[in-house]
Formats: sequence, structure tokens, C-alpha cells
Amino acid sequence: MTIAPLGDSAVVVTVGSGLGEALLGRVRAIAADLRRDPPPGVVDIVPAFAAITVFYDLGRVGGFGRFCAEIEQRVNRADARFAPGGARIIEVPVCYGDEFGPDLGDVAANGGIDPVEVIALHSGGSYVVQAIGFAPGFGYLGGLPDKIHTPRRATPRTLVSAGSVGIGGVLTAVYPFATPGGWNIIGRTPLMMFDPNRAEPALLRAGDRVRFRAITGEEFTAWK
Amino acid sequence: MEVSIIRAGMLTTVQDLGRTGHRAAGVPLCGAMDSFAMRVANLLVGNPENTAGVEFTLAGPELVFEKDALVAVCGGDFGALPPWQPAMIRAGEPVKFSHARRGCRGCLAVAGGFTIAPVLGSCSTFVRGGFGGWKGRALREGDVLETAEVFRRINGKWHMDERILPAYSAAPELRVVAGAQADEFGGGLFSTEFEVSSQSDRMGVRLKGPALARGTSDEVASATVVPGTIQVPPDGQPIVLMADAQTIGGYPQAGHVISVDLPLVAQLWPGSTVRFREVTLDEAHELLLAREHALGILREGLALKYS
Repeated sequence: MTIAPLGDSAVVVTVGSGLGEALLGRVRAIAADLRRDPPPGVVDIVPAFAAITVFYDLGRVGGFGRFCAEIEQRVNRADARFAPGGARIIEVPVCYGDEFGPDLGDVAANGGIDPVEVIALHSGGSYVVQAIGFAPGFGYLGGLPDKIHTPRRATPRTLVSAGSVGIGGVLTAVYPFATPGGWNIIGRTPLMMFDPNRAEPALLRAGDRVRFRAITGEEFTAWK
Repeated sequence: MEVSIIRAGMLTTVQDLGRTGHRAAGVPLCGAMDSFAMRVANLLVGNPENTAGVEFTLAGPELVFEKDALVAVCGGDFGALPPWQPAMIRAGEPVKFSHARRGCRGCLAVAGGFTIAPVLGSCSTFVRGGFGGWKGRALREGDVLETAEVFRRINGKWHMDERILPAYSAAPELRVVAGAQADEFGGGLFSTEFEVSSQSDRMGVRLKGPALARGTSDEVASATVVPGTIQVPPDGQPIVLMADAQTIGGYPQAGHVISVDLPLVAQLWPGSTVRFREVTLDEAHELLLAREHALGILREGLALKYS
């Protein structure tokens, strides 16, 4: 484990390397433990990839050295208690192809497979949320089957619709908002990935497991 | 009391000190770009520092207050009212802010604060996400904001000790603590003068200059960023991330502008120039504690005035 400053208002606690499900589970569990019992002065806790970033209010931490020591002690304690398992499983329905997935053909061509196979592979995969970032509720999902790894588009689209499901290199994600985007868009979900008025605005949390399920255009339209 | 927007200005938004505690869901901080100016503006009218105010950018708005009101404008100088001073506005008299004569952003506070329903614990507007503040968007001509009804007055002139102000400048030296990839850029960040690009916005201040060369072509793993983080994309032109920045970035981090110097970044306008100077984390922390101490003295003085 290492603790490194991120500017003068946060520290990054890195607990390992790689992005396996076990490590992401540890990161999630440590973050949850820190949230339950934060040292004085902590204002935000962000599990992302192999690290937990802890934001602090300097005036309330009672000395930066002491603060780091308290974080280290808590992280070690939480890590020692960590038991694998316990990840939530979130199912995301997706209507693949046609106007919702303009790049489905490109992903298929890149892998030398049929578009139907792309859908089978993408909806058959099991993914882990490595981090939430880029935009509110945007989950970086690892675990994409090799055959549909696809480089980002040479020219990003100026507008990707909210709910679009994309592939960017070895990752897949759902765009919660209409934004510019460079990933290959293969489908769209009717779910709201982020709603600031929900008790928990983001549908996904870092460390969650995600599965995609193919739905028809009629199911998409009828989705409430 | 109603405050009518007669002319909106270039980018006028409701802001407080931002949305803390939701970064795990990818929610940016938002809030006033020059948080020092917003805090002081609120203190000057007797409000808690995190009260909702209005931030304007490069071209200020024209406003009409329904009743007499105590206000303060801090940060940039937009005419109409002298910055860093409380002032009484007469009911019905238009307050016409001009373009920025100095600085880039003005923070307007009104006694009692603007009445805005908080979203995720903050009244700040996140324009890209379409939520928070006034209907999740910048103010437009015809909008009417509400303020709390409080009757504070100021008698005679009042001056704050301007020695506590950040060293605002058209060509500031920004102090920086090292970033995770600082070594890969050698001293390049510190030996060059950069110009502020017109592409800058609330997400980040983009700089132009000789391209910063990176000593490696290794891909950088995506990692958390903070306001102040200096990201260097492949074109070598650094970006200083600001209030609306995303929470995770995929570019190398050459450094982080220290918290006490972020107001200087917020007040840069296109064509301003900046230099960077490295300081230690200890220095950054000492400077921040000293700034908070100075604000504490101002807060106590004003609390007596408005008690």
C-alpha cells in the first residue's frame, strides 16, 4: 500500500496493481469502511481503479502527518478484515444495433465476426465497475471479451445520446448524459444511469458487477 | 424579494462553494471558480460563506432588485459597484455590470442569499450535467430569482484589509506541488511562460506555449484529479482543471496548482500569461492555513458588525 498526495487537498491510497475483480472488491470494501469511520477532516472518499482517493479539509485534520497515519491504520485494518464476494449485480437492458448502435458493424468488422456475435459476446460478458468518472454515473467497465476489444474512433462524435452503450479499447460503458464521445456505440439502454433527484443518483458504484441483457426495440419503447 | 435578470451577460450562473461528497458517483465539485471571492462576497453582506450567489464571466449582467438590498461583488471588476465592498442597491434601479475591466469572473452576493433548492447538497449550477442552481442552466434575460427577506443595512463606507486578497494579476506566478508524472516532464513546466487560450471554460483553463515534452510514451492509467490538477495531453499544451472538471482524468499529471492560487487561475482571461513555480506540500499547507486564518479574522470582524 502507498499513500501519495494529490495536490494539497487529497491523498491517493493505492492498494495494489492490476484491475482484477478481487482487487476492485478490496478497494470497494476499504472505501466503505473508511466511510463508516472516517478520520476527522475527511470530506470525500472515492474508490477508483486500484486506489481510494481521500479528500480532506486541512483545517480539521489536526496535522497532515497524523492524518496520513490515521488513514494508513484504517486502511490496513479494513484490508485485513476484507472477505471476497458481496458485490452487487446490476442488470442493464440494451437494445443493440440499428439507430441505437451505429458502430455495431465497425466493432464486428474489427473483430472479424458477425454483428449478432458481437451482441452475444457483449451481453454474455460479466463486467466489473472499475471506477465512476468522466461524467456523473459513467462507469468504466472491465471484463470485455477479447474479440470485441475495439480502438476508440479516430474522430469522436460531437454528440452521443444519453444511454448509449459504447466500447473504448478494452472497456465498455454507458453514457449517462448526451455528451461528445469517442467510443464505438453498439446499443442503448432505457435506464437512467444518473438522476440527481434519486436517493442514490448513480445507478452503478465502483466494484459492482454488471451484466447486459439484449432487449427488442418494442421493449425499449415500453420501458418505464 | 425578486431579482430580475434584464440582460444575462456571457455566462451568469448561480453558484455556492460546490458539491462535496459525491465524487464517487462522478459528480464534479462545481461551485464558484473563484471560491475566495464568493466567500468574501457572502461575508461582506453578513451571509454564511457557502450561501448561493451569482457568478458572472467576462461580460456581466444587468439586474433589477425589487427592494433595497445589501450586496457585494468580489473577484473581477465589472464596474457598477466597487469590488470587495458591501453596497446598498436601491429598489428598481438597474444595476448594469460592464465587461470585465480587471479579472474574468465576478461573484455577487446579496444579504440573505438567493433562494435555490439544493441538489446533492449544493446550490451550484452544473451546466454540462443540466442540474443544480437555477434550472440546471445559465441565467437568461427574463429570469427572476428569489432572495431571502432580510433587512441588513450598511452605514457609511467600509473597507476590508486588501492585504488578505490573493495576488490577482494578468501575469501571475502560480505555485504548484508535484503531480504523479512530474518527473516525466523534467523542469519543462517551470521554465516556460504560457498564454491562456480562449478555449478555457469552467472545466479547465487551457494554456498555449512551447509543447511540454514527456520523457516517455507509456500510457498513463486513468486516475482521480482535483481542481488545480495540471493535465498534459499528447499535444503538450497543459490544462489546469477547474471547478466543473471531471473527477477522473486519463492524461499525465505534471502538477497541481495549490489551493490558495486557484483564485488567480479563475481570474485569468484569454491572452493572460502564467508561469509556474514549484513549492513543497508543506508550504502549500502553510499558505492555506494562513489564508484561512486571515479569512477567520475578516469573519469575526464582520460578525460583530452584523450581530
